[in-house]
Amino acid sequence: MQTVILIIISLLIIPVLAAFIKKVKALLTGKQGPPLLIKYYTLVKLFAKGSVYSTSTTFIFRFMPVVALAAPLMALLFLPLAGAPALLSFAGDAILIFYLLGLARFFTVCAALDTASPFEGMGASREAFFSVLSEATLFMVLVLFYRINGSLSFSSYFQGNNPINLWSAEGTLLLLVVAALFMVLLAENARVPVDDPATHLELTMIHEVMILDHSGPDLALIELGAWTKLYFYAAFIANIMTPIYPGKPWATALVFLLIIVFIYFAVGLVESITARSKMNLVPKFILTSFSFAFFATILTMELTR
Amino acid sequence: MDKLLPVANGCMLPRKEIPVLDFTLFRDELLAFAENGGYIVQFFAFTENTRLKALAVLRKDTNLYAVSCLLPDEYQALTAENSKFHLFEREIAEQYGVRPLNHPWLKPVRYHANQRGCQDIFGNDYKEDIPGNYDYFRVEGEQIHEVGVGPVHAGIIEPGHFRFQCIGEIVLHLEIQLGYQHRGVEKLLTSFPFKRLPIVVEGIAGDTAMANSISYAQAVEALSLCHDADTTARTLRTAALELERLACHVGDLGALSGDVAFNPPAAYYGRLRGEFLNLLVILSGNRFGRGLIRPGGVTMPLDEKNAALIVAKIQEVRPEIIQVADLLFTAHTVLSRFEACGRVDRDTAIALGLVGVAGRASGINYDARVDFPTEKSGDFAPCKHIRQKGGVYSRAWVRYEEILHSLDQVEKLVSAANLGKTITPNPVENLVPDAFVVTLNEAWRGELSHCVLTDAEGRIARYKIKDPSFHNWTGLAMALRNEQISDFPLNNKSFNLSYCGFDL
Repeated sequence: MQTVILIIISLLIIPVLAAFIKKVKALLTGKQGPPLLIKYYTLVKLFAKGSVYSTSTTFIFRFMPVVALAAPLMALLFLPLAGAPALLSFAGDAILIFYLLGLARFFTVCAALDTASPFEGMGASREAFFSVLSEATLFMVLVLFYRINGSLSFSSYFQGNNPINLWSAEGTLLLLVVAALFMVLLAENARVPVDDPATHLELTMIHEVMILDHSGPDLALIELGAWTKLYFYAAFIANIMTPIYPGKPWATALVFLLIIVFIYFAVGLVESITARSKMNLVPKFILTSFSFAFFATILTMELTR
Repeated sequence: MDKLLPVANGCMLPRKEIPVLDFTLFRDELLAFAENGGYIVQFFAFTENTRLKALAVLRKDTNLYAVSCLLPDEYQALTAENSKFHLFEREIAEQYGVRPLNHPWLKPVRYHANQRGCQDIFGNDYKEDIPGNYDYFRVEGEQIHEVGVGPVHAGIIEPGHFRFQCIGEIVLHLEIQLGYQHRGVEKLLTSFPFKRLPIVVEGIAGDTAMANSISYAQAVEALSLCHDADTTARTLRTAALELERLACHVGDLGALSGDVAFNPPAAYYGRLRGEFLNLLVILSGNRFGRGLIRPGGVTMPLDEKNAALIVAKIQEVRPEIIQVADLLFTAHTVLSRFEACGRVDRDTAIALGLVGVAGRASGINYDARVDFPTEKSGDFAPCKHIRQKGGVYSRAWVRYEEILHSLDQVEKLVSAANLGKTITPNPVENLVPDAFVVTLNEAWRGELSHCVLTDAEGRIARYKIKDPSFHNWTGLAMALRNEQISDFPLNNKSFNLSYCGFDL
C-alpha cells in the first residue's frame, strides 16, 4: 500500500522536480525562474499539438517515444521506495532494470539514426559511447552491492537484515557509491558538465539532438521518459542515503522525499557553478565515477574478509 | 610603392588624381604591397564610361594608399599568390562578371546577378530561389562524415551555411557560405535620394548602426565640403560608437559564458548589455542609436542632466563588470573550455589579414582608432592587450580589455563634451562631382570602411562597404581546423561576426 502511494506521489512530482532544477538555476543566477508547474504546462501544450513526421523516417521513429517512456516507468516499478518493497521484483531484477534503461536508449539511438540527419547521427554516436562508460560504473556498483548484500535484486538491496544503507556498518564505502552514482546521474540525464540541457546549439548536444525531429505528443512522451529516468536515478541514490526508522514508515518516506529534493537541488547547483566540459573530457568524467565504484569494491574485500 | 597615391582617411580627392596603372603593373604592385606587410582595405570594381575599372585602397602601418587600373574580363587571380585577396576577387567576379583565372576557390560570395548584365561566370540561374549551384570542399574517406548546419538555425541567429568535414568529432575543414541576406545595399545607396540614405546605412547591420552611420557621415561630409560637424557633435558620435562597442562586447562575454553553460555571467552580462543600450536611448532616443548620426553632426544635443546620468551609470556598472569578469575568468571549468581552443596563430592571421578583436587576439596590433583616428578617437590612449595567443580565451580577454578601455573613454568624452551647443544638420543637397573618398572606423568587430565615388553630376556612382567580417569569416574557418566540432558554437561566438554586414 505504502509503495503504491509512493509511486503515485512520485509520478505526480516528477515534472515538478524537473522544473525545480530550472528554478534553482534561475534563483542562483539572480532570475525569478519559471513556475514550478511549468513542465505540466509544457506537457499540456505538447499533447494538444500534432506530430510532424519526416518522409524519410520509418516506424522506429514513431515507436521510440513509447519505449522511451515505458522503459523508465517499468524500471521505477522495480525500485523500492523509502524502504517499502517494490511493486515488482525477482532475483536478478537489477540486471533487468539497467537493461530496460538500455532498451530505451537503444530505441532512442535507432530513431535518431532513422532520421538520417547528420546531427542526430552525431548525437547517437556520443550517446552510445558515453552510456557504455556509465554502464561500466553501474555494473561495478552491482558487483559491490553483491559483495555487501549477496543478492541481485533491488528489493533485497534496500530491505531485510543486511540493507545497503549509508548509515549501516559499511556506510562509509557507500559515500563513494553515492558520488559515483551522482556522476552517472549527470551523465545519463544530459546534465552539466556532460551535456547542457538548456542549449540550442545542435553541434554541442548529446541527448537533445537525438530528439530534434520529434514533435507534439511524441516529444511529450520522450520528455516524460527523460524526467522519469532522472527520478529513477535520484530515487536510487536516495534509497542508499535514507536512514530507516523502524516502525515509522512515513517518517522514512518523508526523509526519502526530502533527500530526493536535495539531489535535484544538487543537480541545479552543479549546473550553476560549473561550465560544461569539453566533449573529449566527458569519458574521463564518467570513468572517474567508475574508479570510485571500483575503489569501493576493492575496499569491501578488506572489510568482508 | 611610388606608383601608389597616398590618401588620408575621410579626405576628399578628385578621381582623376588616382593613378590608373596598366593591369600587369597594378597586379605586381598589389602583390608586392601585400607581401611586404601591407593590408587590403578595399578592392572593388566599378564602371567608368562603360569601361570596367578596379580600385584598391591599401594600408600599411599608418598610411593609406589608393591605386586603380583598367580591369580586363579575364586576368590572373591575385589570390593564387596571396590569400588576402581571396574574397575581394570573388566579390569582383560576382558583381561584374570578371573571371580571375587560376583562382583557387572561385565561388559566388552572395548569389546575385552581376551588375553589368553580362554572362554569369558561375553558371547560376538567379531566378531559382535556392542559392548554391556550386561545390563544397569535400574530404573523402571511409570514416569521414559531413555535417551541414544552417542556413536555418535552431537559435535566433542570422542565416548562414556551415559545412564541416569531420573525422569523428574532429573537424578537418569548415567551409562557410553566406549571402542569404543579400539586400543589394550598395545598389540602394546609389539609387535612393539623399534623404533616405542615412536610414539605409543604419540598416546595413543593426548591431553596427553607429559605426556605419559615422563612416557614411564622414564620407558625405568630405564630399559636400560645406557640411562639417562641430566638436560637440563629434564627441557625441564617438561616445555613441563606444557605447555600441560596450553593449556588443558585454553581450558577447555573456554569450560566451552561456555557450559553455556557465550561467551566472551569462545572466549578469545579459542585463548589463541592456544598460548600455539604455544609455544609447539617452543619447539618441533609440536602443541602437538610430536617428542620431547624420552627415554634418548629430540630431540630438545632450543636456547636462543626461550627461550626468550617463557618467553616473558608467561609474555604477564598471565595478559590476569587473566583478562578473572575475567570476568568469577565474572559474577553472570555464578556463578549460576557453584556453587553447580555436587558435589562429599570428602568421595565419597576418596571411588572412584579420582585423579588429580577432586580429588583436592573434597578435596583430591594428586598431583603426589609433592608426587612422577620426572624430574624437585620436584623443584616446590606446588600449593595451596582454593575451594575444589567438584562441577563444584571447578573444574573450581582448573584449574585456576593450570594455574597460571604452568605459573610460565614454566617461571622459561625455564629461568633457561642450554640451548643449550643436546645430542639427541640414540634409545634404549635392556632392562634389568626380570625387573619391574612403573612410575607416573601428567598429566593434574591427575596421569598417566605406568608399564613395561620385559621378560628373555629383551623384553617388559607386558606394562600397567593407564590413570587418569580410576579412574575419575565413579566420573562423581556420580556427576550427583540428578542433572538436562541439566547440564550433563557442568559436563562432568568440568571433561573433556579422552575416548581414557581409551579405550587404
